Amino acid sequence: MSKYTEDDLKKELETKEYEYGFYTDIEADKFPIGLNEDIVRAISKKKNEPEWMTEWRLEAFRIWESMEEPDWANVNYPKPNFRDISYYSAPKQKPQLESLDQVDPELLKTFEKLGISIDEQKRLSNVAVDIVMDSVSVATTFKKTLGEKGIIFCPISEAIQEHPELVKKYIGSVVPTTDNFYAALNSAVFSDGSFCYIPKGVKCPMELSTYFRINEGGTGQFERTLVVADKGSYVSYLEGCTAPARDENQLHAAVVELIALDDSEIKYSTVQNWFPGDKDGKGGVFNFVTKRGLCETNAKISWTQVETGSAVTWKYPSCVLKGNNSVGEFYSIAVTNNYQQADTGTKMIHLGKNTKSTIISKGISAGKSQNSYRGLVQINSRAENARNFSQCDSLLMGNDCGAHTFPYIEAKNKSAQIEHEATTSKIGEDQLFYCNQRGIDTDKAIALIVNGFSKEVLNKLPMEFAVEAQKLLEISLEGSVG
Amino acid sequence: MELKEKLVASFLAFENKVSVDTDHNVHDIRSEAFDHFEKHGFPSKKDEEWKYTSLKSVLKHDYNVFPTGESAIEFASVKKYFLHEIDSYKIVFIDGVYSSFLSETSHDGYDICLLSAALEKSKYKPVVDQFFNTIAGKNSSITSLNTAFSKEGAYIHIPKNTVVPKPIQIVHFSTGTESELLLQPRNLIVVGENSHVQIIERHQSLNSNVVLTNSVTEIFADKKAIVDYYKIQNDKKSASLIDNTYIQQQGDSHVSVNTFSFGGNLTRNNLEFFQEGEHIDSTLNGITIIGDKQLVDNHTLVMHKYPNCESHELYKGIYFDKSTGVFNGKVIVEKEAQKTNAFQQNNNILIDDGATINAKPQLEIFADDVKCSHGCTIGQLDSDALFYMRSRGIPKKEANGLLLYAFANDALEKIKIPELKTRITKLIAQKLGVDLGFDL
Repeated sequence: MSKYTEDDLKKELETKEYEYGFYTDIEADKFPIGLNEDIVRAISKKKNEPEWMTEWRLEAFRIWESMEEPDWANVNYPKPNFRDISYYSAPKQKPQLESLDQVDPELLKTFEKLGISIDEQKRLSNVAVDIVMDSVSVATTFKKTLGEKGIIFCPISEAIQEHPELVKKYIGSVVPTTDNFYAALNSAVFSDGSFCYIPKGVKCPMELSTYFRINEGGTGQFERTLVVADKGSYVSYLEGCTAPARDENQLHAAVVELIALDDSEIKYSTVQNWFPGDKDGKGGVFNFVTKRGLCETNAKISWTQVETGSAVTWKYPSCVLKGNNSVGEFYSIAVTNNYQQADTGTKMIHLGKNTKSTIISKGISAGKSQNSYRGLVQINSRAENARNFSQCDSLLMGNDCGAHTFPYIEAKNKSAQIEHEATTSKIGEDQLFYCNQRGIDTDKAIALIVNGFSKEVLNKLPMEFAVEAQKLLEISLEGSVG
Repeated sequence: MELKEKLVASFLAFENKVSVDTDHNVHDIRSEAFDHFEKHGFPSKKDEEWKYTSLKSVLKHDYNVFPTGESAIEFASVKKYFLHEIDSYKIVFIDGVYSSFLSETSHDGYDICLLSAALEKSKYKPVVDQFFNTIAGKNSSITSLNTAFSKEGAYIHIPKNTVVPKPIQIVHFSTGTESELLLQPRNLIVVGENSHVQIIERHQSLNSNVVLTNSVTEIFADKKAIVDYYKIQNDKKSASLIDNTYIQQQGDSHVSVNTFSFGGNLTRNNLEFFQEGEHIDSTLNGITIIGDKQLVDNHTLVMHKYPNCESHELYKGIYFDKSTGVFNGKVIVEKEAQKTNAFQQNNNILIDDGATINAKPQLEIFADDVKCSHGCTIGQLDSDALFYMRSRGIPKKEANGLLLYAFANDALEKIKIPELKTRITKLIAQKLGVDLGFDL
């Protein structure tokens, strides 16, 4: 990527509100509004799913009906009416996966605007992309290359058809349908998502990536991602999201399950940039996501997230450290501006011996936004020599925003070593002065300082994402300090 | 009969008994508080604030709500529970009833006496009307229960520009004439502008009959006032304590509350600071050393509402056997409270398998120009330090004791009464099972 200079940024800031706020006019195949068992059956039928899958969905639906929407998070929003949403929307012309020529040109244009060109460029940057638009996977690249290594990377609907034994074994094993309100809803109605399986001892040669986009109005996006890393394998997985700017609130309730078998490693990175609503807090995506990974012996799961979008974020990527010597990591930057609200954090459940976890969370709040870190570190009584380090730093910009931390620490083993620290501060006037004095204007100085503040997390992102993430940070905070 | 039903049934009888104080609005306050309690009942583990502490085992007893008669105690037999090395004022209660024999009160320049007297006599009415039940948690059903039955406790009123020359000791004894006893003392402490007072509070049962104490204390510190409050919680394993302390501070005042929790079955400390002016300093210190199946739960709240204030919070915990520690430290910095410095630290050591610690240090910040930090650790003694000491001939037990003492020492340093510091040091040594061997 060519060098991105400060001047480019400035030009962008002047012109840009929400860059991805366009709407693609693609004829969509949309279900009637509402949710009942028939709709669930219809989704399942549409996907041509086997009997066990339909039953699994129906069971999840019944569980969901008996559940109540959680309200413990530190966010306020009008509760979406879950009966008032269309639960299935697919771009009508379903493109074939082998060649780009067959893809709807409108769709291709969308991707170009998004900056994801499914063409040679991407091939050079060596990223395999699975694009999910309005919950339906429309294009998966690099299938053949991956296939040679025995790696399965495809839409989950396809995986249900072609690899039912894998899906059946792992789906719902980390996030059961009974887990929470949104996970149950997702289990009942998810229309697509990505599935990835890395066979024994294989190191995935490229970054795998899924791009999510909500396009159609009045729909919810419910995708489901399942990543299984078999013994001794390694995979790095990226996820990006955008949505058009709309006045109404859109709903996104995804479930991501990671399974890291013995000695394997999964690195899961997210850049979340759903439409955050306009300056007055109108519109925006409600982002209710359940993400969890299971680590077997010597396995490692690393979550990295850059959260800049969504009107409301409710997201806690977690690790269950079941096996001995397993490692869980969580690196997060959450930026909120205007009227955004984020309640995000992680859970580290230490079950095995010598398990280690690291939590680095950076919250930046500006405008009238509220930013909360909510985390749990739990050391169970049999988790000998468990180790945790947590650090939550908050940066406040302006006097109308809030930063909150809700860390829960539960230790039941005497050999546990836990450190937790949190600080809250603002951009120091002396820091700004230092920069100004050296001829760096205030806007650039702030960008510099914010970048430095979040460096520890940015460093954990794969190369392609790191650049994008830095850009995103700067744009999200545009004009937030006077 | 369920305890709640029993309390509901007792309330009418109680109101009739104490209806002499019709002068005051206290009757309305009690009724209102009682309605709140009746509606909400005792908190359960479903309440976020009681997530880690279950009152179930404490509430199952058939408590006597109205202890009968006054039991006399010889001073010699209870001398050790007082800080007797120094001269002090004393307000002593035996089974919830004031003991004039053991007490030493005063009306000379300031009032150090009884809440029951303050509620009854009209000359105290202005103070009672202005302060009583104004900051006690209206949303806490436990506090409401105390308010509904509030009748007796310490009443301390220090007018402005007064330094109380000696500490005040508030001691609650339970003698065990009742096999299961519920005590609900209520303290009101009003400290005037530019005044200074030191208070030591203790709850002590004299035999192993079951006691539950639900205490509420309201402390008001006017401008530039200095209040030092010490809570010694070293009761028998049969006694449980729910202590609710609410503090309101005006500008330039300094209030410190030091909580030493070594004993008791279940101890829950709700400690809430409300800052109502600028340049206020609030200090919260705590040392918890417990074993067996004891539980100590420290729930603190510091509410920063005005600019240029500070709060310092330091809680240390050492947990043996199957004991459980809970720490919940909440710091809220409101939008106007710029230039706030809020520091919170919570360090814990788990000694034995089976010991548990649940910590939730919580920050809620709405102002940007603040320095707020919290740190929370759970760990073990440094094995290098242990080795160093043992290689120099200090036995393992003593080395352990010394290190643990050093660990707790930070919070001990803040005690301003030297005799009390010595006393607490001895208690810690006793609790750690070592002779520290040096005079502190």
